[in-house]
Amino acid sequence: MMSTKLETQKPDMWTARLRQSWQKNLPIEKLLPDTQPAYVASWIYVFGVLTLSALAVIIASGVVLAFEGPSWYHISDAGRFVNSLHFWSVQLFFFFMVVHLWGKFWMAAWRGKRQATWITGSIAFVVSIATAFTGYLTQTNFDSQWIAFEAKDGFNSVGIGAWFTVTNLGQMLLMHVAFLPLVLGLITVIHVLQVRRKGVVPPIDAFDQTLKGVNK
Amino acid sequence: MSADKSAIHSKESAPWQGKVRRYDIVKEGVIALLIVSLLTLTLSIFMGSPDEPSLTFKGWAASNSDNFYTTAVQELAGTSESAGYGAPYNDAGVGLNLGPLWLQKWAGIHHPINSANDFVITPLGEQQQPADVAAALSTWRSAAVVDKQKWAVDYDAALSAVEGKVSAVESGDYGPVPTLAKGLTAMATSGALDGLLLSQGGFFQTDHTKQILFFGDGAYLDDAGTAANLQGGTWGMMNETGRYPGQAWLWLYSFWYQIPPFNNEESHPIGANADAYILALMGVMSLGLVMIPFIPGVRSLPIRIPLHRAIWRQYYQTEGIGKRKKK
Repeated sequence: MMSTKLETQKPDMWTARLRQSWQKNLPIEKLLPDTQPAYVASWIYVFGVLTLSALAVIIASGVVLAFEGPSWYHISDAGRFVNSLHFWSVQLFFFFMVVHLWGKFWMAAWRGKRQATWITGSIAFVVSIATAFTGYLTQTNFDSQWIAFEAKDGFNSVGIGAWFTVTNLGQMLLMHVAFLPLVLGLITVIHVLQVRRKGVVPPIDAFDQTLKGVNK
Repeated sequence: MSADKSAIHSKESAPWQGKVRRYDIVKEGVIALLIVSLLTLTLSIFMGSPDEPSLTFKGWAASNSDNFYTTAVQELAGTSESAGYGAPYNDAGVGLNLGPLWLQKWAGIHHPINSANDFVITPLGEQQQPADVAAALSTWRSAAVVDKQKWAVDYDAALSAVEGKVSAVESGDYGPVPTLAKGLTAMATSGALDGLLLSQGGFFQTDHTKQILFFGDGAYLDDAGTAANLQGGTWGMMNETGRYPGQAWLWLYSFWYQIPPFNNEESHPIGANADAYILALMGVMSLGLVMIPFIPGVRSLPIRIPLHRAIWRQYYQTEGIGKRKKK
């Protein structure tokens, strides 16, 4: 009881305000729901969770590769297999994500004050491309030699290459295993929390009474 | 916004008050993870993954020693691509532009590279050389810049005249340049150059910029890229070595390189600066993707084109919601 009293007495406390805001906007019932609106009944809805699942496999296989180092898979059958898991989970991740993105576009899923959900999702897509790109640069094989040589011209041409050096394996490896996954993970968490907070967007015209019973 | 639209917008924002169905989010997540894991496992077991071994200077000198030799001469003459590249490696070129914006040049030199010294003279000096190469190195180091330039440029021109066939070059006063190129080719053939270029006199090194640039100056890397169907002009950006999918998600980036004016490198100012224009274009388009909810016309496309009728077919049928009339 004392803590409740303190909360009401000290509404200016940052911690209390954060907790109150969290409880108001994202109660546990929204975070872990056991019901969904009836209109959530299409295969297109599966692609969001499939994308997250592929990301989980990417992270798990990537962690194993990181422990062994970037050249391990050249000399070890086990390494080659884990590299294959990483490679195919990336391919699946992008396939699922692109279908998810198109699905959300055709649903106009930003309606009803859900712009932040779209924005974080599309930023996650762009960051994913950068993360995958740095992965291709750290394969330490011919493909990464080629991509580094070709890509440097694009980044150099607008001045970015002065700091983002695609021919620098050390920098690209750190980008790939530390900085970009951190950014992608953070944006993904914010995106998922936005989905849970705002709920799944209702069908277009669901509330347009003028279409009720019209030329079905 | 009309009153009707405002009311609809308000209802779309509010928590759903209509019919609901059972939904086990944890079960869904676990099943999805299992399915994706199995799919990944199956693809990995049956398809594997690409791993074409990296190219080496040893391989280059062994497979096409004349091209390696000629490239070494170009590095000394300052006529190679890297020698005249500009920022961020040197100030020999102005770089690309975006109209009045010379971003490449303005960014400045962040990774200084002197092609003659970094690719030829320093590696030769790092290792004990035969007497003739050591003498040539000494001559080069003590010569005036104008002499070095004349020897190397004359020899480069002589090599060009016979299309890089070293044994066919006419004799002339090329100073120590032929001996230096011969010495570097011998180092590359033995495999010593690969290690020396990486270490550059140190122990730890993770930056391969110099090796990559040197490779790119010759035909070895380019030929290998062509053979693997990786050239940018033929959608190579999306390709992978072997029979594997590449970065298919770069299709739009790759697309611009296939069409005018971007693929007109020779005679169009945009084509000549295609790398800069395409990167800028993709930057703007990426921003456009993020901002779709705020772009009139684009944000209403999914409402005008009724693909949503397929997505929510069951709901529309159950609730008896008809199609919009075409305006």
